[in-house]
Amino acid sequence: MSGGHSEYVPGNGVSKWLDERLPLPRLVYDSFIAYPVPRNLNSWYTFGAILMVMLVVMILTGVTLAMHYAASTLLAFESVEHIERNVNYGWLIRSVHANGASMFFIAVYIHMFRGMYYGSYKAPREVLWILGVLIFLLMMATAFMGYVLPWGQMSFHGAAVITGFFSAIPLVGPGVQEWLLGGPAVDNATLNRFFSLHYLLPFMITGVVILHVWALHVTGQTNPTGVEVKNMKKETVPFTPFATIKDALAIALFFVMFAWFVFYLPDYLGHADNYIPADPLKTPNHIVPEWYFLPFYAILRAITFDISIPFTGIVLINSKLGGVIAMFASIAILVFLPWLDSSKVRSGAYRPLFKQFYWMFAVVCVLLGWLGSRPAEGSGFVGMITQGDLVGNYVAYMQILTAYYFAHFLVILPWLGKFEKPAKVPPSIADAVLAESNGRVSAQPAE
Amino acid sequence: MAGNKKPGAPEPTRRDFLYIATGAMGAVGAAGVVWPLVNQMAPDASTRALSSIEVDISAIEPGQAITVKWQGKPVFIRNRTEQEVADAKAVKLSELKDPIARNNNLDGAPEATEVNRSAGEGRENWIVMVGSCTHLGCVPVGLAGDFGGWFCPCHGSHYDTAGRIRKGPAAENLLIPPFEFVSDDTIKIG
Repeated sequence: MSGGHSEYVPGNGVSKWLDERLPLPRLVYDSFIAYPVPRNLNSWYTFGAILMVMLVVMILTGVTLAMHYAASTLLAFESVEHIERNVNYGWLIRSVHANGASMFFIAVYIHMFRGMYYGSYKAPREVLWILGVLIFLLMMATAFMGYVLPWGQMSFHGAAVITGFFSAIPLVGPGVQEWLLGGPAVDNATLNRFFSLHYLLPFMITGVVILHVWALHVTGQTNPTGVEVKNMKKETVPFTPFATIKDALAIALFFVMFAWFVFYLPDYLGHADNYIPADPLKTPNHIVPEWYFLPFYAILRAITFDISIPFTGIVLINSKLGGVIAMFASIAILVFLPWLDSSKVRSGAYRPLFKQFYWMFAVVCVLLGWLGSRPAEGSGFVGMITQGDLVGNYVAYMQILTAYYFAHFLVILPWLGKFEKPAKVPPSIADAVLAESNGRVSAQPAE
Repeated sequence: MAGNKKPGAPEPTRRDFLYIATGAMGAVGAAGVVWPLVNQMAPDASTRALSSIEVDISAIEPGQAITVKWQGKPVFIRNRTEQEVADAKAVKLSELKDPIARNNNLDGAPEATEVNRSAGEGRENWIVMVGSCTHLGCVPVGLAGDFGGWFCPCHGSHYDTAGRIRKGPAAENLLIPPFEFVSDDTIKIG
């Protein structure tokens, strides 16, 4: 789409002089002003821009907080309180940063689910999708390390649990874990390196975001019909002002919700336990990660059984390694989504059965999130079947929903494409848009 | 290249030599740069220096336990009651999820019997364990759980009165660190 010629015309002598030496204004013009976007993009397509703004907000507030924060086990907790109480507007900047992480994840989840509904990952946009998964992974690492920095009880024990994943790796695990922590347990060395990496990773995210946008501009955007643009003139509008204004409106509305949390519910999404200074000798009774990790936390805890060779009792994968593998697999599986979905039809809008399974999957993800906040209690699936242990058997619920999560990718999506009879896909975006507006006003293609 | 005896094949040139020599030097140099960068993350000298501690246990009555900090981790020292020892003894090895003692003071991989988990014959009432859940490193709570031993609140692992995993996601018994009785009242951990 952007592969065509550039429409940039330098306005004056200076920009002409620069254009011949470093065509940066030309790149910006072609990417964010003249860049053609499908005219039928709906509001779900504004979350990319929201995410860009959130990344900038997080980097700005993060760099500012780093001016007042002290990465030492002796000072970290105090310095965060110092930011809250003494630093001018420190309470505001920290609230924006802490709640900004949650807003960032709300936006990224909507962005991902939008991509899954409209089949945005399908050829030729696989690399675009995989770069997105990579950004998501980097975001998770950044958010996790950021949560350790205030050095409260949740910070400390969350770090102990997450770095404990590495000890599950056979043979080298404990050595790797000690190397990552810089000692036998989470301590000052750990806090220092987490701070360093927490500062670094957002810039790596920025780098991958640039690749993500580049890949987007090579293939062009999808749209709710899933049909590629055939007639540039009839079916696209220039990014500015059309997409710019629409994105700006969405950002403004999103920021209303953001501000509501920042000013009225600054600690609603956090945990009270994190206002207790870290104590290595005492674990909070109920360790819960931040809400955006809960579905994965449920998957981690669903694996309470060893996987053995049948009838021999030889354990291949113990329950701990099994949980860690399942959790990482639940994210890694997204990389393969473009090849697991066998349907030729891109957009879910024309796939009646897929739509139902899609919403089912969304509900399962939300339920897994709820289970992630529940204690790991109950006798599990086996107990549910053999003892009728139904009520409060959270482990069993986690196991059933985890199985469904993977089945969605490994069974349902490959199978659906072969058996589903899709609805009639419009021949072009123009046809779809005209059919929609025919009943209301006389359609007038924008030229 | 030298082995390529095709007629008219060129002999190795000075440029080939420079190419290979530079590449080899580059690889050695890169390895020399990478190793310090990787190794700096490993435990530093001050961390390694804190390898052992001595603890006075004279005040711990039967049924009581203390937690001390060793190498940044909690260590549980529990003076078990006769009943607790008897409970642990009554468990058949076949019921255990992890049949290995996980005791750093014993050679090899002995069975997780009651005596192999304790401080040894004559001191069976004492049990000393690293207080990190073998699942993901939370600190289990003492005198709790389905087996009267320890319970990890994070992911629901239950340990019995000998610190053996009985239920939940953890795969191994609680680790017993190297320790010895310096006198009847003092133990040295590490």
